[in-house]
Amino acid sequence: MNTENLIALLVAAPLLGAAVLLCGGRRLDRVGHWIGTLLSALSFVIGLVLFTDMLGKGAEERSLHQHLFSWIPVEGFQADVAFQLDQLSMTFVLLISGVGTLIHLYSIGYMEHDERRRRFFGYLNLFLAAMLLLVLADNYLLLYVGWEGVGLASYLLIGFWQHKPSAATAAKKAFLVNRVGDMGLSIAIMLMFTTFGTFAFGPVLESTGETSEGKLTAIGLMLLLAACGKSAQVPLQSWLGDAMEGPTPVSALIHAATMVTAGVYLIVRSGEIFNAAPDAQLAVTVVGAVTLLFGAIVGCAKDDIKKALAGSTMSQIGYMILAAGLGPIGYVFAIMHLVTHGFFKAGLFLGAGSVMHGMNDEVDMRKYGGLRKYMPVTFVTFGLGYLAIIGFPGLSGFFSKDKIIEAAFAKGGTEGWILGSVALLGAAITAYYMTRVMLLTFFGEKRWQPDADGNAPHPHESPRSMTIPMILLAVGSVFAGGFFSIGDRFMHWLEPVTHHDHGDSPLSAATVTGATMVVLVVGVTLAWFQYGRRPVPVVAPRGSLLTRAARKDLLQDDFNHVVLVRGGEHLTRSLVYVDHTLVDGVVNGTAASVGGLSGRLRKLQNGYARSYAVSMFGGAAVLIVATLLMRAV
Amino acid sequence: MNPVNYLYLAALLFAIGATGVLIRRNAIVVFMCIELMLNACNLAFVAFSRLHGNLDGQIIAFFTMVVAAAEVVVGLAIIVSLFRSRHSASVDDASLMKL
Repeated sequence: MNTENLIALLVAAPLLGAAVLLCGGRRLDRVGHWIGTLLSALSFVIGLVLFTDMLGKGAEERSLHQHLFSWIPVEGFQADVAFQLDQLSMTFVLLISGVGTLIHLYSIGYMEHDERRRRFFGYLNLFLAAMLLLVLADNYLLLYVGWEGVGLASYLLIGFWQHKPSAATAAKKAFLVNRVGDMGLSIAIMLMFTTFGTFAFGPVLESTGETSEGKLTAIGLMLLLAACGKSAQVPLQSWLGDAMEGPTPVSALIHAATMVTAGVYLIVRSGEIFNAAPDAQLAVTVVGAVTLLFGAIVGCAKDDIKKALAGSTMSQIGYMILAAGLGPIGYVFAIMHLVTHGFFKAGLFLGAGSVMHGMNDEVDMRKYGGLRKYMPVTFVTFGLGYLAIIGFPGLSGFFSKDKIIEAAFAKGGTEGWILGSVALLGAAITAYYMTRVMLLTFFGEKRWQPDADGNAPHPHESPRSMTIPMILLAVGSVFAGGFFSIGDRFMHWLEPVTHHDHGDSPLSAATVTGATMVVLVVGVTLAWFQYGRRPVPVVAPRGSLLTRAARKDLLQDDFNHVVLVRGGEHLTRSLVYVDHTLVDGVVNGTAASVGGLSGRLRKLQNGYARSYAVSMFGGAAVLIVATLLMRAV
Repeated sequence: MNPVNYLYLAALLFAIGATGVLIRRNAIVVFMCIELMLNACNLAFVAFSRLHGNLDGQIIAFFTMVVAAAEVVVGLAIIVSLFRSRHSASVDDASLMKL
């Protein structure tokens, strides 16, 4: 059988699910969640079939191509609906459909008591379809369709509990901030079309050599803007924290494992453009490094377990973006960290959801404490995810994060030292805030109390449909990194697409690993001294200036308010002033002077026949005089 | 006698007629002044006819007389009906067309 023809089915299965579930109405309420989960699993199975097929081929023949139909065939403008499945897309397909299926399964239990569960699964399927379209597209325009599709699904799912004003606002915020980034992507596509005359991956990426660096830098910066919006990187990071208003499976699937990594995919996919535009590449690394620290610092101060994890997501994607900005040294590691992060962060979020499920939807970690006795499975899976993310030796995060830190040093020069140090510092902070989350939630004394209505939470383990995905993800968190790294399997797998360059690191791999271990121990110890050794107050202490700023997301919203909202208001006000005085002044002045002049001319029309006769005689006299003068000349 | 003198007379008559049209208010007088101007033109035409030695000017004078006669008929009728409606023959009273 021709395996190319299966590619479209990857997208079609969840799309069908979304259509059936969203149009099917209430009669599907009882089976809707199973339809959604099965179609998602079908997509995963097709992905596996294609994967085994791909493994059977040589590295150079692995890229499959399926042309479905011509979408907009106009002379000189060929927009096709065509798919490209190469090693990079394949990695994403397996991650998206695999983690997606697990989270569908988890949602069956998590959303059990929600009467709009069918709709929830419809949106989840819509998300899967759009995300798969994004990574399978063979041109930037179709990628843009998927890009907008995931944005829509993200908006619908963040605002799923739209009766809560905070959720509705958060959805709107995410949508609007993403719009800024989307603008960057659409400008990048337009620039590509004017520069290359096409926006298909193949021709665009092959002809970067013949294009001026200035144009490539412009395209690269616009792509970076797009990536910043979708991946919540500074300066477009403000939406991710609020996006935690959505149901927890959404946070796990969209805002941790898959959608937010679309920016990394975009940059790695467009690698040839960035390789030829060093300035854009530098901008990418700067954005990554800044976000890495930004997210980590925010994660240290949050008491809301999901927001702490959101800060951590931001920081980890900062690592990926940083790696993607390093060029061929880092592409492979960016994707590797993306996959391992997909496992452990999804696992952590599902664990957080499981905790909230047992604690009456309480999210404040200061009101948890000592939960390891009540939720053993959640504790163990969350604990494994925790060890993976801080980079405990042997677990996934250890391999992938360590490689990124090494690659940052291997960039060479002062730049390499700065980036490497930032990445190391980030590793220390990661260890600190994740230990804090772990200690606050599962260790220490129990700190929960009855709420205002007298309902005390009864912490209990979640149903099996929730724990099984958590266990599977924990297995991934533990073994994925080692599996990828032993014999550099992942590198050889991706190398034909992204290429790889070892760089020249001033430090040996052992030194970097040693340094990572040292900062890891420092971070964990610091957190233990602060939160493990003595009881944790239920009400957060006032904290230092930095803590208070970090609780407010390092004043990102205040910054946006002062600079963008107020600035925008002042700009519009001054524009209105200019409009009123200058533009209206010219228009009204012209009108008034014409009116005044005609008012004076009107007086000539006095109705007296004799005065008209005077003007006739006068005119005749002037004509005669003029004629005579002409003769004389 | 030099025919140019007739032209001077015609210019004088035309000026008197024009002045009358501009400064008199009585419609009858204005009307007579217009006749004066027309006849000044006729005199000038005849004088030119004599000067050039052909009859063109005299023929045009005849045309002028015919037009003047027709104009008298229409003009006097207007003046009579004006006087009937407002008991005045002043041209300044007929100023309804002003804004």
